[in-house]
This record gives sequence, structure tokens and C-alpha cells, in this order.
Amino acid sequence: MITRFLWNGMSRNLRLFVLLVLAIGIALPLLNQLMPRTSPFYVPAYVLQLVGKYLCYAALALAVDLVWGFCGILSLGHAAFFALGGYCMGMYLMRQIGTRGVYGNPVLPDFMVFLNYKELPWFWHGFDSFWFAAPMIVIVPSALALALGWFAFRSRVTGVYLSIITQAMTYALLLAFFRNDMGFGGNNGMTDFKDILGFSVQSDATRGVLCFASALALAIFLVISAAVVGSRFGKALTAVRDAESRMRFLGYRVEGYKLFVFVLSAAMAGIAGALYVPQVGIINPSEFAPGNSIEAVLWVAVGGRGTLIGPVVGAFIVNWAKTYLTGALPEVWLFALGALFILVTLFLPKGVVGLWGQIKARRAQPA
Amino acid sequence: MSLKRLLGRVVGALAILLVAGSAFAADLTTLVANLVTGGYSERDAAITALAASGEERAAPILQALGAGELYVRNADKVVVIAKGSGKQLALTDAVTGKEAGTATEDDLERVKINNRLRGTIESVMGSLTLMNPDPRVRRAAAQALFSRRDPSALEGLDKAIAAEKDNGIKRAMVEARASVVLASDAPADKKVEAIAIVRDRGDRDAMGVLQAAAASPDETVKAAATAAADAVRQSLAAWAGAQNVWYGISLGSVLLLAAIGLAITFGTMGVINMAHGEMVMLGAYTTFVVQQAIRSAAPQLNDFSIVIALPLAFLVSGLVGILIERSIIRFLYGRTLDTLLATWGLSLVLQQAVRSAFGPTNREVASPSWMSGAFKVGQIDVTYGRLWIVIFALAVFAALLLLLRKTPLGLYMRAVTQNRPMASAMGIRTPRVDALTFGLGSGIAGLAGVALSQIDNVSPNLGQGYIIDSFMVVVFGGVGNLFGTLVGATALGVVNKFLEPYAGAVLGKILVLVFIILFIQRRPRGLFALKGRSVE
Repeated sequence: MITRFLWNGMSRNLRLFVLLVLAIGIALPLLNQLMPRTSPFYVPAYVLQLVGKYLCYAALALAVDLVWGFCGILSLGHAAFFALGGYCMGMYLMRQIGTRGVYGNPVLPDFMVFLNYKELPWFWHGFDSFWFAAPMIVIVPSALALALGWFAFRSRVTGVYLSIITQAMTYALLLAFFRNDMGFGGNNGMTDFKDILGFSVQSDATRGVLCFASALALAIFLVISAAVVGSRFGKALTAVRDAESRMRFLGYRVEGYKLFVFVLSAAMAGIAGALYVPQVGIINPSEFAPGNSIEAVLWVAVGGRGTLIGPVVGAFIVNWAKTYLTGALPEVWLFALGALFILVTLFLPKGVVGLWGQIKARRAQPA
Repeated sequence: MSLKRLLGRVVGALAILLVAGSAFAADLTTLVANLVTGGYSERDAAITALAASGEERAAPILQALGAGELYVRNADKVVVIAKGSGKQLALTDAVTGKEAGTATEDDLERVKINNRLRGTIESVMGSLTLMNPDPRVRRAAAQALFSRRDPSALEGLDKAIAAEKDNGIKRAMVEARASVVLASDAPADKKVEAIAIVRDRGDRDAMGVLQAAAASPDETVKAAATAAADAVRQSLAAWAGAQNVWYGISLGSVLLLAAIGLAITFGTMGVINMAHGEMVMLGAYTTFVVQQAIRSAAPQLNDFSIVIALPLAFLVSGLVGILIERSIIRFLYGRTLDTLLATWGLSLVLQQAVRSAFGPTNREVASPSWMSGAFKVGQIDVTYGRLWIVIFALAVFAALLLLLRKTPLGLYMRAVTQNRPMASAMGIRTPRVDALTFGLGSGIAGLAGVALSQIDNVSPNLGQGYIIDSFMVVVFGGVGNLFGTLVGATALGVVNKFLEPYAGAVLGKILVLVFIILFIQRRPRGLFALKGRSVE
């Protein structure tokens, strides 16, 4: 019944889009497994990995869009939630290595042996079990978002100030995770993962499942976001974006709306990060870099803020371009990225998805 | 006095000087000759005699003898100092100190030396350098004796103290003597006197001496030394605090330089310029280019290349700023968050452009001679480089304040900031003022770049390291308030430096960031918030 309710709440375009995402998530792993290597329809493992990565980025972009596009909170620290989710997953994966590490210590991960740890720090306990790590992936980023948001929204920190605070937050985390004595592997981070739930992270089958899981997560996020945005709550959210003071004078508790959507978005980002880590095989503090968060904002801007399809499209376009350009013309990539920022803000305020509407509007107007 | 008589006197004085000079030279020749002839005990006496002579050449000659570099030339029996490796040795006449050609080892005979002579040389060298005509050498010798505490040097020190004219060096010698007395077996009352002298010196070395003296078996000496050590420890702690304040002010001035341009563009125009750090970087690269040009075209101006770079950096960054304002930012007024994204993109483009043009590696910008070196205020070390940057930051701040308060441009800027439509209605060309304001902010960032090129690596990433800190300073101090920026920068600098010894540099910085995050929650508009209508 709930599914039907959610399904009916979505527009026709969005329904098709969700089905498309799921279809990609199912078709690519199946083609990889079932087709012979010589077939033109064979999908090599690296494509699976790449698409899986893009799907995680798309989920992050959707999370950013939920707060920025629909509630007007420009968070420049969403990559921090993404990275925190990733670190939770990384800790689980590190514990799964067991005695197969370079030092063969059954309890301590390699970097701890290397840094002369005698025993596991308290916050590492429990991460040997997936069923402990999985809720942590949601809880840790949400808790941070809750704490930051509760303070910030209650004292009415808005607009640019909030952006700067979130940026300071991710910068502080970046510096903190670079420290070796934090117990998260310092600047090398965590890598060299072996198993997830008993399956090798290197095998094609696992990659396929992870790719499918990313697609599924993205599809679920899209459905949830559509439900949130389409509800009465969502209408209020958009109203907060457009006229915060007026909403407050009308008697709405603005900070409650903002806090809910901020925490929801952080949780989504955390899950995306957790799915991302086993696919790329490494998590290190550079994921906290302020530039990453801003790049995620760019994906949303390119795709179209305030739409649900836009961020996904934007994440795929920008990251595909990044993969291609950093390989083919590394010098040009930063020029292209920078120019994209400028051009999109100047000429495409509604993004690629909004382009169609812009053209239609122009057609209707002239003469 | 008639001219003739004056001339006569001058000639007379010159003649006396000449005679005296040659007499000394003759004397030195004999002393040196004694050094290389006779048995070891005679030569031992000769070393002491040479050291006692007070000759300027005594130190290098004895040093050469100790190092086995003193030779007698076979051809003419002249004593020479020979240096260098390989076949040909470069010779210096021991007596005159003038170059004496080259020779191979076969033409020379090394002056032999044994351990007893080495010991004598070592002990006379200390007091010898105490009598050196160069005040810096004398001071260094006194310092060395203070920490070496060699009781045999007492005699030399007494002699040197009696002869010393410079008060500062005399004090250093007296302190060294006190330190030596504490290490010797002098009577207790002398030692207590010495403790007082060492305590007044009050630095870390004095602390070490006093701690050593506190281990003395004599009760009075022990009590006095312990009390003095405690006093020194307290004063040292106070000085360390003062030193931290200075470091904090120094860091604060760097933050101020980086943030003050931002205070204009962000604070008064409301434009989030993420490319501000890149304006700083452009300023630093301008300094680099100017320095390279001067090095090849006019090397005699090397020491002033930074001064020459200042206006150029201002112009380069300022013009780029105006260009950015006209081509991008003016379309985005009122869309603050979009400006943020566009300027971030711009910062990426600028970084990559500089990386393509100059390469990704660090470029070296040399410091002029008047910016190197250091001096002491009490126990605080102050480097000239840092001092100049503090002065420069304050000068820029003052100039900016004057510009905003006393010039027509400043008036227009304030008018446009406070009420744009009204200013426009009064005939102020607001677009032009916008461009100039943005250019001014960017130009100041360029000036900051010149200063930062002296203390940071000049690389394409230079600006990125400062952009977040700069925003913190402006937001902390209160947007739209230059004094807030000044106070914010200094406060953050000092807090950072006080946290560093306890928490480490990185953790200190994290704590400061967390503090600012919490602070903004309490006072969302910063330390000195604007009041009234202009707030919203």
C-alpha cells in the first residue's frame, strides 16, 4: 500500500527515470556475468566500477539538491557526510581483512600496527560486524548533521554564513582525519580491502552486486525525495526556501523543517559514501576536501537544481567528462571544470534539465 | 690653529702610526719565529706569549697551528698558512695575513705539534677571542664561556673585563665569569654573588647554570641557586607568553593582509569571492616575475625588488579583479550563492592557468637583506621579516581606512553599499563604483601576495590555503566592518598560537575552526555587527 502511495505521488517522467536507473543497475551486471567476453554486449568490470561510482555520486548530488534546491540551504560540506559514511564502511572492511594484512595481526589493521597501537581504540569496537557498521553508516553522518543543524538553524544562521560554517566543518574534519593519532589511518586512509560480507571485493560478481546496490539506493532515494518534496511538508519546505521570514511569521517552525531535511540529506550522503568505498577500494581524508563538496554542488547546478532528475543527470555528465578529460587532456580538466562553473551559473541557472523549459519558453514568447 | 700647523700635526701623527705599525710587525715576526723553533716546552711558552701579545693575527695563526695548517716555506723560511686540498695549496703569509701564492706540499715543511701544545692552544684561544678587536667575536666568546664554564678561563676573563669598553659585552663577560665561578671551587659567598648575576640574566642558559649550581653540596649556595632558578623559571614563563603574543600578532597580520581585501568585496559589496585567494597568488607570482626581471636587468636593485613589486602586484591583481567584476560578477548581483560557485570556478581556472604558465612546482622568492636577521626584545625573538609584515599590514589597513573615509571614491563606495538606489539617484555611477571597489579589494589581495611570498611557498595552491581562514576572519570580525576584521585577525592569530603548544598546530587550528562555528551560532553577524537597516 505504501509503495503504491509513493508510486502515485511521482510524476510520469520521474517514474520512468527511476525505472531507467534500476534497469541500468540490473542490466550492466547481468551483461557482465552472462555474456561471453567476445560478445559486443559484454560489459567489462571497469565499466561496472565506473557506473557504480557515478551512481554513488548521483546519490550525493541528490542529497545536496534536497537541501539546496528545495530548501535553499547551500551546504558546502556535504562531502563530509559522504566521507563519514565511507569511513564507517572502511572500518568494517578493514576489520574483515583479519590476518591477511601485511603484519598479519588478527585484531589490529595494518596502519595501527605500523603506528604502534597496542589495542583497538574504543570507537573501532563493533565494526567487525556488518550489522553494527550498517546502522553506523546512517547514524554518524546524521548525528553530525543534527548537531550542526540544530545549533545553526536555531540561531538563524542562513545563506552565506551557513555555507561558510559547513565549509569550516568539512575543513576541520579534513585536518582532523589527516592526523595519525586520530586512529583512522592518517593521510593514507584505509585501503587494501579484501572481503565484504564474505565475498571478495575484487570479484566481478561482487562488483556487479555493488553496482546494483548503488542503483537501488539511488532509486529509493529518488522515491523518498519525491515523497518528501511532493507532500505538504515539501510545499512548506519550498516556501521556506523562497520566503523564510514570511513562513516564520505565519507560524511555521522553520528550523524544524530545515533540520529534518538536512539530516535526511546527510543520511543519504552517508549511505552513498558507504557504497562508494568498496567500489573504489580506498577511503582517505582527501574526500573531506572543501573542493569535493563544491564539486557536488556543481553537479546539481549543471543538472538543474530544484528538480529530482537534474542532480543525477548532472553528476553523470560532469563525472563522465572528468573521467574522459583527466585521462585524455589532464591540463584541460581544471579549465573545463572552472569554465563549467561560470557558464552554468551565468547562462544555465536551471541546469541541463531546465534547458528544455527555457527553450520552450523562448519559443512561446517571441515575435 | 693655522692650516700649516694642523697639517704638520697630521703628518706627525701619521708618522708615529707608521713607526708603531712596523714595530708591531717586527714583534709579531719574532713571536711567530719562536713558535716554529726550539723544543716543545719552549714553543709552549711561545704560544702563551703570542696569545698574551694581543695581536690581531694571533688567533688565526694559533688556529692554523692547532689544525696542522701552519708550514715553513723551504725556499725562504717564511711561516705560512696553507689551505686547500690536492697538490697545490693556497698560501697566506702568517705574519702579514696577505696571500703568498701557491705551493706543493714538497716545498713546505709542516710545523709539528703534539697533544700538549694542542691543549695549550685550546685554552689560550678562549681568552684570545675575548680580546679580539671584533666586538661580535668577543660577544660570542663570552657566550661560549658562559655555557662551557671552564674554570681555567677565569684569569683571561678578568683581564678581558678590565680591558672591555663596550658595556653590553662587558656585561656578557661578567655573566660568563659568574657562570665560571659557580663551576669552580670558589668560596660560598662569591658563589652567592655569582648566582645573583646569573639570575639577572634570566634566560634559558641561565636556567641551566642555576640548575647545575642547585646541586651544590653547600647549603647556602644550594638555597640561593634554587630560589634564583625558580625566579628565572617564572620570568621565562612570562616571556614565553609574551613571545606567543608576538607570534600571534605576526600570524594575525598575515591573516589581516589576506582577509582585508575580502572584507571589502564580501563585507561591503556582499560578493562571495572564492577566487580571492587566487588574487593573492597572482600578487605573489608578480613578485616572482619582478624579481627575476630585476635580477637579470638591474642586479643593483635586487634589494628593492619587493618594493618595486608592490605597486605592480596591486595593479595586476586589481585589473584582473575589475575584469572579473565586469565580465562575471555584475550579472550575478543579488544571487550570492551563485556568485560563490562562479568565483570558485574562476579560482580553478586561474590556478590551472598559473600552473600551465609557471609549472606546478614552488617558485623561490628571495628575501631582501633588510628583511633577514633577527633581534631580541627582552627574551622575545623578533625577526625583521615578520616585523616588516606586521608594519606592512598595519600600513595597508590605515591606508584603506583613509581611502574609505577621506576620499570621494570612499564616499561613493560607502554610499553605494548603504543604499544603492538612492546613491544611483544622486548621480553616482554605481556600476563604475562596483568595478572599482572590487578592483580595490583584489588589488589589496595582490599586496598581500607580495608579503606572503616572503613567508610561504609561491605555488599555484598558495591562495587556497588562505581562503577559508580569510572568510573565518571576516565573518568572525563582523561583515562590513574593517575594525572588526583587524580585531578578528589579531584575536584568531593569538588564540591559534596559544593553543599550538598545548594542542599541536593542526589540532589548534581545528579547535579554532570549531570555536568559530560555535561563535557564529551565538552571534550570527560577527563580533562587531552592523546595526540598523543595512543588516537585511
